[in-house]
Amino acid sequence: MTKAVAVEGLSRKFGDVVALDNINFEVPAGTVMGLLGPNGAGKTTTVRVLGTILSPDRGRAEVLGHDVVREAREVRSLIGLAGQYAAVDPNLTGAENLRLIGRLVHLQRRDVEPRARELLDRFGLEDAADRPVRTYSGGMRRRLDLAAALVHRPPVLFLDEPTTGLDLQGRSDLWDMIRELVTDGTTVLLTTQYLEEADRLADRVAVVDGGRLIVNDTPAALKGKLGNTVIEMGFANEAVAIQAHTRLTGSFGDGVEREGTMIRQKSDDGARLLMNVLRSLDEEGFEPASLAVREPSLDDVFLSLTGRHAEDASKQQLTGASSG
Amino acid sequence: MTTTTQDLAGGGRSTFSPLWVLQDAIAVAGRNLIAYRRIPQLLVFSTIQPVIFVLMFRYVFGGAIKVPGTSYVDYLMPGIFVQTVVFGAMAAAIGLATDLKSGLLERFRSLPMARSAVLAGRTLADLVRNVFVAVLMSAVGFAVGFRVHTNVLAFIAGLALVLLFGYVLSWIFATLGLAVGDPETAQAASFPLMAPLVFASSAFVPVESMPGWLQVFAEHQPVSVTASAVRALVLGGPTTSYVLQSLAWSALILAVFVPLAVGRYRRAV
Repeated sequence: MTKAVAVEGLSRKFGDVVALDNINFEVPAGTVMGLLGPNGAGKTTTVRVLGTILSPDRGRAEVLGHDVVREAREVRSLIGLAGQYAAVDPNLTGAENLRLIGRLVHLQRRDVEPRARELLDRFGLEDAADRPVRTYSGGMRRRLDLAAALVHRPPVLFLDEPTTGLDLQGRSDLWDMIRELVTDGTTVLLTTQYLEEADRLADRVAVVDGGRLIVNDTPAALKGKLGNTVIEMGFANEAVAIQAHTRLTGSFGDGVEREGTMIRQKSDDGARLLMNVLRSLDEEGFEPASLAVREPSLDDVFLSLTGRHAEDASKQQLTGASSG
Repeated sequence: MTTTTQDLAGGGRSTFSPLWVLQDAIAVAGRNLIAYRRIPQLLVFSTIQPVIFVLMFRYVFGGAIKVPGTSYVDYLMPGIFVQTVVFGAMAAAIGLATDLKSGLLERFRSLPMARSAVLAGRTLADLVRNVFVAVLMSAVGFAVGFRVHTNVLAFIAGLALVLLFGYVLSWIFATLGLAVGDPETAQAASFPLMAPLVFASSAFVPVESMPGWLQVFAEHQPVSVTASAVRALVLGGPTTSYVLQSLAWSALILAVFVPLAVGRYRRAV
């Protein structure tokens, strides 16, 4: 199968801060790769290198066989880049923004207007087409940003946190649009802080932390390691939590973690486990002060892979680092 | 894979002709000029300021300023033309810093477009705005009693010299905007750069009234020589030396700041 993206030994420093540390991965054409990680993990830096915005210190990256440094010009005609900041001009209307990009990528003059209208229709912006973008909602801006990345019909698309900051509806709309692009044959590399997003969209997920790629697997395998559900119980004080933890470890083995007054347990069979856990606690007279059953999050993936919380990793990275 | 390099529908290209660079620059300039149409306040406030300067210096300070051999309003207006383009050049710094911060420059840099087009387009848009402002300031000048003592061609040549100077200044401020990367900082950083150029110059007062150490700077710095060149062109007198000095400054600024600005642009994220 053709490699749409190939990254080999990619490294990049900003001053003393290591943003990328020997990153390796490949994205087969027509598939979706998710780069999952907290702020400052190196996701944006990876996308910027692939988008010919930054050059790496070491290693190399190719898009459809073209080197992103030596053949930057060819690469630019093959890629679309949509960032987390919705890089569209707020003073221009939606249609003007797309026409500007159409002219800059040198579409045939007669194709500029139809292509702009086609994209506005496709992304549900036809009614807002002639309004200045400053009047758009966050979700509309993101959709226009994605449309702007598609004007020259690039076969490879890089999306840097495409849904960060969007509400549920906005997120789900954008997911549908990305899926549609993939159906049409576009290769997508997207970065995200949401495990759910990677799970919904990606064929493979690479987890990055502190500039290193720590795992590269299918979403199913990744989640399989975690269990499908996470049960979280809070106790009134740490002493009770310690006793409850001892009790649960006795009954359910090592999969039970305690952190302060919180106990966390992962499972493939949420409902049954929950009943068993509660029954076991009840027998000893332990009563959790809070109880939550949820899907595993990025934080859970992180905790199980690195032993640290994603948030701590992000804080650690951000000290002294300005770029993700 | 359903799409390949070959069927990019005219979107892909691997060579750049000068025509393409020009087309891209014009597209970017058009985009920058739309902002003036969408936010008319931008243009209104940037033109009100020089008008206030004209009125203030003509009617408030003018009476106290003695200039040899001509009326103060005739001395003042060439200075105002130059001062207007100096203050206006700040737009390049603020505009590019805004585009950098919003991520728009990152988008442009990922597109298969001419790399020099964003800066060329920005400075071109400033030039077009300066043409508009120069015409407006001429009208204001004539209304308050400014007269051209030579001929129309010399007056147009004077304005052209001012416009050229304004254009090269855009490159200094473009470099500044890309270096600071934040619109508010760009605005704050612009003033200390502009103030000595505009006020420690012959734009509003003859340099002879300044202390000796300042005269050395004030006499030779680009704002002064350009103002003096325009004065010579519209009021009469020997023009060659000042015009050549102004052109030399413009050439020098371009030679230094075009590469600096382009270098900044290439590394900007």
